[in-house]
Amino acid sequence: MVARWFAELSRNGSGPKFLVLALTSMLAAGCQGSVLDPVGPVADGERLILMDALGIMLVIVVPTVLTTLWFAWWFRASNGAALYRPAWVYSDKLEVVVWCIPALTVLFLGGLAWTGSHKLDPARPLQSRVSPLEVQVVSLDWKWLFIYPDQHVAVVNRLVLPVGRPVHFRLTSSSVMNVFFVPRLAGEIYTMNGMVTELNLQADRTGNYPGLSAQFSGDGFAGMHFDTEVMSGSSFDQFIEQARAAPARLDDDAYKSISRPSEGVPVQLFGNVTDGLFENIASRRLPPGEGPTGTGRPYGSTAGED
Amino acid sequence: MSMVSTFSPVDPNRIGHDNRVASAEAEALGRGAGGPAPKYIVVSYGFWIFLLSDIVMFSAFFAAFQVLAGQSPDMAPRFDLDDVAIETGCLLVSSFLCGVAALSARRRNLMATEFFLLLTGLFGAGFLLLELKEFTGLVVQHMGPADGAYYSGFFALVGCHGLHVTAGLLWLGTMMAQIWAKGFRQDILRRLVCFSLFWHALDIVWVGIFSFVYLMRFAP
Amino acid sequence: MFGRLTWQAIPWSEPIPLIAAGVVGLFLLAVIGWVFVKGYAPYLWREWITSVDHKRIGVMYCLLALVMLLRGFSDAAMMRSQQALAFHSPGYLPPDHYDQIFSAHGTIMIFFVAMPFVIGLMNFVVPLQLGVRDVAFPTLNSVSFWLTASGALLVNVSLVVGEFARTGWLPYPPLSELQYSPGVGVDYYLWSLQISGAGTLLSGVNLVTTILKMRAPGLSYTRMPVFCWTALASNLLIVAAFPILTAVTAMLLLDRYLGFHFFTNELGGNPMMFVNLIWAWGHPEVYILILPAFGVFSEVIATFSRKPLFGYRSMVAATMAICVLSFMVWLHHFFTMGAGADVNGFFGIMTMIIAVPTGVKVYNWLFTMYGGRVHFSTPMLWSIGFMVTFVIGGMTGVLMAIPPADFVLHNSLFLIAHFHNVIIGGVLFGAFAGYTYWFPKAFGFQLDERWGKCAFWLWFLGFYTAFMPLYVLGLLGMTRRMQHFDRPEWYPWVLIAGAGAVLITLGICAQVIQLAVSIRNRALLADLTGDPWDGRTLEWATASPPPAFNFAVLPNVTGEEPYWGMKERARALAHLLTTEPSYEAISVPRNSPTGVVTAFFAVFLGFAMIWRIYWLAGLGFVGIYAAFVVFAWRDRSEEEISAAEVARLDRANRMMRSSVLAEEAS
Repeated sequence: MVARWFAELSRNGSGPKFLVLALTSMLAAGCQGSVLDPVGPVADGERLILMDALGIMLVIVVPTVLTTLWFAWWFRASNGAALYRPAWVYSDKLEVVVWCIPALTVLFLGGLAWTGSHKLDPARPLQSRVSPLEVQVVSLDWKWLFIYPDQHVAVVNRLVLPVGRPVHFRLTSSSVMNVFFVPRLAGEIYTMNGMVTELNLQADRTGNYPGLSAQFSGDGFAGMHFDTEVMSGSSFDQFIEQARAAPARLDDDAYKSISRPSEGVPVQLFGNVTDGLFENIASRRLPPGEGPTGTGRPYGSTAGED
Repeated sequence: MSMVSTFSPVDPNRIGHDNRVASAEAEALGRGAGGPAPKYIVVSYGFWIFLLSDIVMFSAFFAAFQVLAGQSPDMAPRFDLDDVAIETGCLLVSSFLCGVAALSARRRNLMATEFFLLLTGLFGAGFLLLELKEFTGLVVQHMGPADGAYYSGFFALVGCHGLHVTAGLLWLGTMMAQIWAKGFRQDILRRLVCFSLFWHALDIVWVGIFSFVYLMRFAP
Repeated sequence: MFGRLTWQAIPWSEPIPLIAAGVVGLFLLAVIGWVFVKGYAPYLWREWITSVDHKRIGVMYCLLALVMLLRGFSDAAMMRSQQALAFHSPGYLPPDHYDQIFSAHGTIMIFFVAMPFVIGLMNFVVPLQLGVRDVAFPTLNSVSFWLTASGALLVNVSLVVGEFARTGWLPYPPLSELQYSPGVGVDYYLWSLQISGAGTLLSGVNLVTTILKMRAPGLSYTRMPVFCWTALASNLLIVAAFPILTAVTAMLLLDRYLGFHFFTNELGGNPMMFVNLIWAWGHPEVYILILPAFGVFSEVIATFSRKPLFGYRSMVAATMAICVLSFMVWLHHFFTMGAGADVNGFFGIMTMIIAVPTGVKVYNWLFTMYGGRVHFSTPMLWSIGFMVTFVIGGMTGVLMAIPPADFVLHNSLFLIAHFHNVIIGGVLFGAFAGYTYWFPKAFGFQLDERWGKCAFWLWFLGFYTAFMPLYVLGLLGMTRRMQHFDRPEWYPWVLIAGAGAVLITLGICAQVIQLAVSIRNRALLADLTGDPWDGRTLEWATASPPPAFNFAVLPNVTGEEPYWGMKERARALAHLLTTEPSYEAISVPRNSPTGVVTAFFAVFLGFAMIWRIYWLAGLGFVGIYAAFVVFAWRDRSEEEISAAEVARLDRANRMMRSSVLAEEAS
């Protein structure tokens, strides 16, 4: 029957062929996807663990599923060839095996979990001869603010990083919980008001990688994505120069303005950032962002509801 | 009356007993194996399970208080331990009197039961009044539940206990009325047992609160 | 006077909820009108609404679950269709609407579909399997059901009056605090859960007491059917976990109503504490759901393999191990919150350990089939489908239990695929298997097999079509709860998932048709003896449906699989085992309106609190207290079924079974 289908496929024209082509290209594109296509050591480590664990589990799961189907089929009532053993309800040997298979798997995976948790702990600095770049991240409603404290510049809704250099993030939120996530670079980390979380990563290839929030934070949540641009060291320095030339200044008032709810906010550069702004946000010396009941015009809103 | 079986079937899972002999020894031993337990056991047991669930709820409030108080130790108020001691005394005496009431009920002495239940309630009410006084005092000093997380945790935990005491008093009043109207019927006696369990359990929770919230906060 | 309630609360300007509410409202009015016109109202009141019989209450729980499944599923269909349309487009559901829909979807499915379904099955079956007449506290049972129904009602009212929460099914602060969710949505959620949670807790107390203290003579722990063991574990979890939910919900309510600072951003509040507490409840909750499903499968697989369950001892041990371990894994729901490697590692390992007893159970079911004679009835199809599907879902769960893997998969569609994999493949398939398996016992006729199988295949294929793409999407970096997106590589998978939802819709249609067809053909599908499947446990010893008192005389149990043993002996002898017992009058608990009246006032209490109509809330509370007092004041709590009536009912069933035995012998 399958052979006939294939034959028909090659004989006929567009319809089924297109479907098969579409599916295979989708699968191929899928393999080029985010989590499975890392561009940095952290995401690479995470992918490796995922694949290793998947492989180990499939060794157990595939035979189990196949055995289930096989037993159900072989021992169907209409199969006279199958031996009927209605009193067989216990077996010492099998007990040992059925407890041991999952237990040994779990033992192995547990080791993987323990070592992996330590090796890939987001707060663990990366080994490198180069000193890390410090970036501070603030999640706002509904946009992202990236502050480069050593360079005294800030960007809204675009993260620019130099290639091959470790980056140390300190993250907080201006209001509600969010999750900072650039799938091809590293794992997720929560951002919470009044607290500082940490993430370390490194990008090993230049390019443009999508980033998003992975914790629902309100009506504008779907728009909380940003591009992560990884560029060469010299291009990065140029970018910093460009940012410094931007007229906008990120001080307390500007921060209050951008912390009001707004969506569809375009990329903006701030040429000057007050020292210690991030610490003030994280320690709540600057109060948390207002919610929907706050007053004042939303900052930078273009598209989106209301 | 039961369906009499003359044959004990093969024990397919070979658990616990010899399946070679079909005999009285092959009958199961252990709880419930003699049939459903009598009603008074079922009722008290069920109420115990409910009390355990209530204690789990209190532990959630305890945990929340511990977290919030630990985070904001500077918010800790100066508690008036004298008042707390009197409150504790009220509850303890109230529990004792509840026990006496239970004994009177066992002796079917209506007047004594009602009298001691009334005293139980009065001491419980005394506890509540003192607690209310403490709460209003704190609110006046801007240490109310809306003034900080420590206070939120405190008011929720101690307040939850207070609400339980209030509900207990309402229940107590209802029970007193019932005993007066209907006498010492079996189901009413079962309910009295449940009430006593509840009242004593509140005492135990109070000991926890007393130690954990009031005393420990004073340790240097 | 009416608090925050105004005419603006009704969504006049939003066509979708307005039309939906209109259609449902008309349908409800039609049903109620039909009931009254045909004169069924007194029957319904007497036999169902005020019933304290565990069988009736169990059926009503399952009915509530099935009706709410339709509501929850329509939410899902809207979500899938919105995402299918919202590529470089706003779709047809604006964000505030979409946010309510996915929040309602999760809330309804967990609290008002899955919970009532498993509680309903446990309610119906456990006393029958234990060989007793009812649960420990029948009127409390009725109260529990009606409180659950109240919660369901409140959630549905939010569609028409006001709004629902826009926070997701677990309302993480600070988003759920008054400052960021100023509307009534979160309040609807919180009050609805408080009310139904109270019902569930009481139900847990009820069933634990029943299983531990009320069993037929001779039914020791080691002779209990595995379904009763899983029911015990599940209800112990309810007793231990639901109080945490009550406490956390109360804390959030205090924050929102009285300005407390449990989880606020300022004055020392700690939103992370909410996450910890809610998941300390949340994880045991999913085991509360899955354990009874495991129990159903144990019964069904044994029955339809014509073999006793393999490895009874290890099944029981595995069940109780899962029960205990489920309290030690909660942090795996937020590995990405930065707790540190040691903490993450510990909880990761604990989560994996809980996979061990689960795996043992799967193998035990496997070896139950081995050496058996497998009949592919509808319940068995659900069971085999479960075994395949749940194993895959469990695998992805263990994958995410590894913290670094979770770092890239947390909150993604991979997670959504995982938990739907285990909840649909586990809980829902188990509920459908149990529904089909015990339907004849409850109603006296079987469900149509053909439509049942059709429904199974549609659900099975629909599930895989709808959720396997979500695994891919998660790996492609798509997160959950997105109202719109613009990544082209996601689009084809979203479309496939939408197609899967269509298949599931057809599956649900098949189930509705199955029910209608079965009712129409009930004479042909009748279960005359009470044992349509050649069952192994005591519930099949009763008539279908069982009389109010279940058993004319409580069975005296002398071994495992008591009913199977009896049947084997009876078959060998070719006639009933015993002579007619000497019948005695049986006292059964009297019906009581306490449940429905308490719930009635609870709805007012909840609604009033949501809209800050405090005088009405006070009235609701007084009403509940009054109902309690009226119940406490009644003098007669039982009514007697005469010996003659008992004899009549029992004789009819004995005759039926006798004739079947005689037929088999000839």
